[in-house]
Amino acid sequence: MTFVKTLSVSALALAVTAPAAFAEWQPRKPVEFIIMAGTGGGADQIARLLQGLIEKKDLSPRPFIPINKPGGSGAEALRYLQDKEGDNHTVMMTLNSFYTTPIIQEDLGVDVTTFTPIGLMAMDTFLLWVNTDREDITDLDSYVEAVKGAGLDWKVGGTGSGQEDSVLTAMMEAAFDYDVTYIPFPGGGTVAKNLVGNQIDSTVNNPAEQMEFFRAGNSKPLVQFTDVRMPAFPDTPTAKELGVDIEYYMQRSVNGPPGMDPEAVEFYVNLFGELFASQEWQDFCTSDGLTCDNFMKGADLASFHSDNVVAHKALIEQVGASSITGE
Amino acid sequence: METILVSLGGGLMQAFEPLNFFMIVAGCLAGLFVGCMPGLGSVNGVAILLPITFLVPPTAAIIFLAALYYGAMYGGAISSITLGIPGASTAVATVFDGRPMAQQGKADKALMAAAIASFIGGTVSIILFTLFAPPLAIFALKFGPQEEFALMLLAFATFIGLGGDDIPKTIFSILLGLVMAAVGFDIISGQPRMIFFDMVEFQRGIGFLVLAIGIYGIGEMLWTLESTKGQIQMHKVSMTWARMKENFGEIKLYINSTWLGSFLGFFVGTLPAAGATPAALMSYGLSKTFSKDPDSYGKGNVAGVAAPEAANNAASTGSMLPMITLGIPGSPTTAILLGGMIIWGLRPGPLLFQESPEFVWGLIGSMYVANVVTVLLNLALIPVFIRVLAMPFTLLTPIIFVLCVLGVFATTDRMFDTWIMLFIGVVGYLMRKLNYPVAPAVLAIVLGPLAERSMRQSLISSQGDVTTFITRPISLTCVLLAVLLISYPLIQKVVRKRKAAAAG
Amino acid sequence: MTVRTAELLMGIATLVLSLGLMYNVWADGLRVDWVDGRGPGAGVWPFWLSLGMALASVATLYRWYSGATPESRSDAPYIDKDTLFLVAISAFAIFALLVMMTYIGTYLALMIFMFFFVRVLGRHSWGVTNSFVIGTPIFIYLLFEVALTKYLPKGLPFFEEGFLWIDNFRYEWFY
Repeated sequence: MTFVKTLSVSALALAVTAPAAFAEWQPRKPVEFIIMAGTGGGADQIARLLQGLIEKKDLSPRPFIPINKPGGSGAEALRYLQDKEGDNHTVMMTLNSFYTTPIIQEDLGVDVTTFTPIGLMAMDTFLLWVNTDREDITDLDSYVEAVKGAGLDWKVGGTGSGQEDSVLTAMMEAAFDYDVTYIPFPGGGTVAKNLVGNQIDSTVNNPAEQMEFFRAGNSKPLVQFTDVRMPAFPDTPTAKELGVDIEYYMQRSVNGPPGMDPEAVEFYVNLFGELFASQEWQDFCTSDGLTCDNFMKGADLASFHSDNVVAHKALIEQVGASSITGE
Repeated sequence: METILVSLGGGLMQAFEPLNFFMIVAGCLAGLFVGCMPGLGSVNGVAILLPITFLVPPTAAIIFLAALYYGAMYGGAISSITLGIPGASTAVATVFDGRPMAQQGKADKALMAAAIASFIGGTVSIILFTLFAPPLAIFALKFGPQEEFALMLLAFATFIGLGGDDIPKTIFSILLGLVMAAVGFDIISGQPRMIFFDMVEFQRGIGFLVLAIGIYGIGEMLWTLESTKGQIQMHKVSMTWARMKENFGEIKLYINSTWLGSFLGFFVGTLPAAGATPAALMSYGLSKTFSKDPDSYGKGNVAGVAAPEAANNAASTGSMLPMITLGIPGSPTTAILLGGMIIWGLRPGPLLFQESPEFVWGLIGSMYVANVVTVLLNLALIPVFIRVLAMPFTLLTPIIFVLCVLGVFATTDRMFDTWIMLFIGVVGYLMRKLNYPVAPAVLAIVLGPLAERSMRQSLISSQGDVTTFITRPISLTCVLLAVLLISYPLIQKVVRKRKAAAAG
Repeated sequence: MTVRTAELLMGIATLVLSLGLMYNVWADGLRVDWVDGRGPGAGVWPFWLSLGMALASVATLYRWYSGATPESRSDAPYIDKDTLFLVAISAFAIFALLVMMTYIGTYLALMIFMFFFVRVLGRHSWGVTNSFVIGTPIFIYLLFEVALTKYLPKGLPFFEEGFLWIDNFRYEWFY
């Protein structure tokens, strides 16, 4: 099986590499690789891994320079990219704040559907985690019971009001009809540490942020918010299996500023396509619980983005912006 | 215990393998060089690492990185002392006494104190790290927002005596720093705050380095230009063997502060989120509070250089602990380091010690060696560093200005911050002429965000109940210590007055 | 302007700044009071600390009025003529450097800046001047662009093209 996978992956890599040889456009100066989040988070880790792979595989004649623009849940990065209209040497690693930030901050003046979609590198997933010390909580039912019993004393950690996990937390509050206290921390890693240290009671972390604690037996997943169970968590039921209709993903895609030249787009699509198919990237996806089955690009990715903008608008309206910001 | 020694021995052997040892020396040199540029620190130095990563095995790469980290930490002290510009937030406190010493022609003594104190701090810290890493990691987990806030209170309390003699102006300076720290996006409520003129750049906030380089880089240079009328000639120092020997003899002047800084630094450094800056500041404050001669601090007391330097080196070793054992980066540098480890297929986390012992012990072993190499390099290079002070001022000034501008640009990649830096530099200079103390503002902007965030996190989790800070044992201890420290100078004054009254 | 006048003006400026900050926070609609069950709102920290700044400014103004501080009694000039020249020219030079970096790129800006300081202000010999005017950009290029992979501002497209022409040699020869 592994053999077949390797074979197909390398065949794919070959297929993607071939046209790269004919691509005419190549970067003439270092490429700014904007990250719309701070250092150390999931997006940052991925961007720096990709940058390293680009260098290692010698895919670009000029280096990619990762630049963090975390201000305002990515607002700073979005505006920066918008103002770079027509620039062929800037690409951005995005996450879901790509959709939510322009909705919550209406006067930002950014329309992400005008950006140039390049490639969807992965879909990240969310799981509900509690500390393994909580022996009374074994599944979703006992979790909901415990939360309802604790009321507002139940503390959910997250990465900041208006961020993806606060949206998901608000969705859960609506679905299970309970209210919790949401405490923002500066990053997913800090959230994980506070869960293990019992400073908070539960969290909806990405797998990568909890993986090591999970392997060490410090935390346990209760539910995954995916369509089907992930290979990394075969024993954890999905919300759908339990009759709760919550499915939520984090997209990790690369996008360029509006009005990029088609030749440049082709170069970047080929480059990230090749990275996507590489053994290193696929290994990273497997170990981090990312879903990397399908490298979406071009018109597909554009419609994916516009669908998501609509979906997030509806979501935010439904749960109410105030339940996300908390004030 | 025995297993630790065996593993450590293995780690040390690794460090002395030719390739690894070469990486240590190269890393220390690169770190020193980058660290002594104003604004550039180990975060930038990591960029040098990436190409190297693909040429050498992971252990050699991480050893290079650890050495670079150390080198940069020492290097920060060099620009603090010779130029009066803290290269990183960890080296702010080193300016307070380092700069006056350089102006008095004692730059070599200050540099030497910094090197020796850093060495002792680093060594104490690695030993503690080797022996107690797992239990300390468990202790660090007990540190929630409440404890963090109490620790910040403690940090502020150690600084009560730092301000100038004009109390309203000192208060203004502290508050200004705290308010500036709040500019930008509030992560607790998700709302933008104080976005002046609707400029989206303010959402990022005003970084510590922008303020520190503005005030100490630009402001300090303008100040020096004024006080010397441009005819400046720094006191030259000639390095002779006799002077070296004399300098070694002076170690006893600052050995106590060094021990204090070493232990305090390690302890504070191991706490996630705290890190080396509060450690260095607290160490300076405590050293001053408990000194026999507190008034000499800030005017060139060598203990005021040793205390923060011992602490920041100890803390930077300590901050590797949460990263290695928990996978939580304690600083931006360790965050990038974390990314590097992932490229190498290593997963920092509670299992790293068991699953990749060779890597962990190789790293620990190389920290011992890197520490020794850096102190030797430093002592050897002191004559080179003080040559900088002998440069004609008309050449030194533009170089410093250029490095300030580019250093600020390099931290955030935007021109916006360089404009803010210039503005702050000029305003800071004008205020300083009127006896507004500037140091409190710089400290406040470093500690402010930590303090505000942890306070609000605690209160949200206790649903607005203020007693949360005194019902948790660790937090209560810190609060009590803070109260004691704040009242200590008052008590001292009262006691002195009584004595004076009794004598008179 | 005497130090005494400067102290008054600075006191007024800090007071206005503090009140402005308070207004800014309030006008943004941030909560400046205690939120039930959540502790302080988003505006509490900046708002009330700005109030503290305002009070500190008022105290400074009062001390100016009553002559309690040495600055408020001093009739010495705030900035004397020689100093004003040195400080103003330095600040202006940095200002010009930043403007030039934005439009003609870092390296040309650095050369002009160094020439101004070393030759015009410092009156050093042509040998020293030339080595600094040429050496500084090279050093900065090697440190920032080559070693630390930072892309410094290159100015308008015309100047950027010029730089890229030179930068190409690096990639052609060394990679």
